[in-house]
Formats: sequence, structure tokens, C-alpha cells
Amino acid sequence: MSKVYKTASAALDGLTFDGMSVMSGGFGLCGIAENLIAALRNTKVKDITCISNNAGVDGFGLGQLLETRQISKMISSYVGENKEFERQFLGGELELEFNPQGTLAERIRAGGAGIPGFYVKTGVGTVIAEGKPVREFDGEDYIMETGLKADLSIIKAWKGDAEGNLIYNSTARNFNAPMATAGKVTVVEVDELVPVGSLDPNFIHTPGIFVQRIIEAKCEKRIENRTVREKNA
Amino acid sequence: MTENVSGWTRDEMAARAAQELEDGFYVNLGIGIPTLVANHIPDGVDVTLQSENGMLGMGPFPYEGEENPDLINAGKQTITTLPKSSFFDSATSFAMIRGGHIDLSILGAMEVAENGDIANWMIPGKMVKGMGGAMDLVAGVKRCIALFDHTNKRGESKFLKACTLPLTGRNCIGMVITDLGVFTREGEQRRFRLKELAPGVTLDEVKTKTEADVIWD
Repeated sequence: MSKVYKTASAALDGLTFDGMSVMSGGFGLCGIAENLIAALRNTKVKDITCISNNAGVDGFGLGQLLETRQISKMISSYVGENKEFERQFLGGELELEFNPQGTLAERIRAGGAGIPGFYVKTGVGTVIAEGKPVREFDGEDYIMETGLKADLSIIKAWKGDAEGNLIYNSTARNFNAPMATAGKVTVVEVDELVPVGSLDPNFIHTPGIFVQRIIEAKCEKRIENRTVREKNA
Repeated sequence: MTENVSGWTRDEMAARAAQELEDGFYVNLGIGIPTLVANHIPDGVDVTLQSENGMLGMGPFPYEGEENPDLINAGKQTITTLPKSSFFDSATSFAMIRGGHIDLSILGAMEVAENGDIANWMIPGKMVKGMGGAMDLVAGVKRCIALFDHTNKRGESKFLKACTLPLTGRNCIGMVITDLGVFTREGEQRRFRLKELAPGVTLDEVKTKTEADVIWD
């Protein structure tokens, strides 16, 4: 059974439904699965619970799914860059669950690793701890967090092969690697689909077992905050 | 921009904070004034900067035309690598932070309390953008320095008896650097003590502008 699909729409065929949960990789606009997000928008599925560190910007990234009101709940750590998000949230149209970034990453890692709960120091004594079990280890308080899984993970990688082995580029790895393990189905778009055997097994970031479908697709890769230095500085 | 007749500018605050860096330290710098600390790393001190989106050994901004959209810092700014750089995923990044492997974190703050509590992520009634990695950093990093303006726009102290805003972390700040001076405390049970005054700042001025119960001698 081939994991390779020709288009983003074909790769999502049969996987989407109203009320589904979706993990979307990336940090800001860096390492987001642009084509799969667009394809998800085109499916018109609604009432999505979206697990993503951020919520895109207006009209780009997950901002596209907010514009069409397909997302009803976000689980994120930071959502500052999106006016439509703010409007929907303040208007009570969108539910929001903040997780500390490291807790979010670990919940995803744990979900993918079959760990339903774990304890962290992060957030002890803050609103994040409200309603969560507290346990003392070596005289210090820790709060219990739960593992996260999703019906679908949409992932962006640099290179991949037909087995689903993946390599990410630079800081575009971010949430993509843990999310690839935590989707009931994981669909990946890569800059380059390379022949099986051409990736060095020593340097695979995500082994193919975690990946069910893969496409090669061009991305715009918009830069959120372009900063440069002077040549003669 | 307000003109300060006395005390440190933002850049001078960052330079003062940079004096806390030690050779071999792994350091995470928060967004805002803490970012400026990178410009003041003392000569002969080798520091590795961690960016919580998944990089150790953060390099300077790229030259124009050499920006790489796949290579950014936690402020989503384009950056570059150094020969010693490494990349990793977000779970591994916070294993470094939560696991106590980072030596020092320098963070901005809205409020710091005399017991080491810090609030820097939300103001009730205003749009909340989220805590990002701040709660993980203050909970997990070995030593945290808060770097902030001593008073708010209304001239009220931001160094308080108790935080009024929702906390980012409890009892986690070991050093406070403001435009007026430096305050340190040893261990979690101890009070902050004034360590130094910024140039031109009098003891009376800083006492007047500090609500926290600080040891002044």
C-alpha cells in the first residue's frame, strides 16, 4: 500500500469529519503544512478542535481556517498575531485552551508515546493548575497533565521518502516531530520527496511508522518577522 | 520614549544583565529587553543561547537576502546558525528547560513580588495572547533574572509585596534588574537585598518607587 499521494486534497480524502481534532505542526508560520491546511479548508469540515502552538496570522496558515469558522476550539500556547482570532474569541465564537508551551509539547509527545498522564512543575501556583491533581515528589509540588492525541496530524517536513521517513529543516522541526507521533492518522507534506534509500538512516528525525500519507508540495514559507543586519556592521 | 535623567536605559539594563553571564552557560533570553542582552556578552565569556522553538547556539540576524524562513528564533525573527548550533523538536527543547539543563533565563516582567513570584503573561480583561514558554522557563531553569522597568506608566511600582496579576510562576526569581538598580536574593526563603543603584539614582528615589519589602543596607 503506497503512502504517496499526488495532491493535498487526495491525501486528506476520507480522513476528515465534523467535530474532529487536528494537530497542526509549526511555530508561528515556520514549518506549517500550508498545502494541507488549504486542503482542510476546502473540505469544509467544521467544529474542528485544533491543537497548534499558534493560530497563524490573518488569512494565512491556520488563519484561513479561522476565517471560514471551521475551528471551534484551539489548544495553543500563544495566539497573539491574529485579529480574526481575537474577534472570534472576544465574541465567544471560539473556545481557547492555553497550555504552557513545554506542557503542550510534552502532552503531544506523551500522547504519541502511549502515556496518558504525567507530572510537571510548570504552572504550579498559577491558573494553569486549577482543577488539576497535585502530587508531591521529593518535597515539591507537581501538577498532573494528560497526554494528547488527535484524529489527524498535518505535518511539514523538508525531505521524506515513500516509506514516510522524514527529515526536518532547521527550526521548522518544532512541533512537527512530536505531532507526527500523536495523530491517529498522520499526513505529511515535504519540500522534496526523495527515493527510498537516499536518506541516511542515521539521520532520520521521524521514522516512517508514524506516517500514513505523504505528498510533495511547494510552500510559500512566509516570514513573520524579517530581521537582518547591516553588511558593514 | 521617555527621557530618563537618572538610571539605566533599556540597553544599559541589558548590559548590566549580561554581566551575570558566565563562561560555559546555556542561556534562554525572553522577548523584549532581554533580547538585547545578546549584544552585550562580555569578551572571553562563551555563552550558548537557547531558543525554545528548537535551537541551541543562536547566531546573529542574517544579512539581507540570506534570510531563511525555516530558521527563526522564538520571537519569530530570522536568525543564523553558528558552528556549534544544533536543532531539535519542541518536546526536546522543553526537556532542556524543564529538566534544569539551562543555567540562566532572563525574562521581562509586568510584576515581580518580594517572595520571587513573577507575573508576565496576562492582564485580566485584556486580550490574552498566551504564556508561550514563560511558565516552563520560570519553573525549570536553574536561575531566573527578571529585567523590567521599575515603575509603570503611571509611576507605580512593579516590584511589589505581592503580584496582583495572574502568576507566571511562584517563588522563582532570584535577581531583579530594573532601570533603577539590581536586587538579589539567595535561596527561596530569603528577601531581596539592594545590590547596586544605577548611576544617578538615589536610595530615597528607589525606596519611594519600591513597594516590595527589600533589605536596603
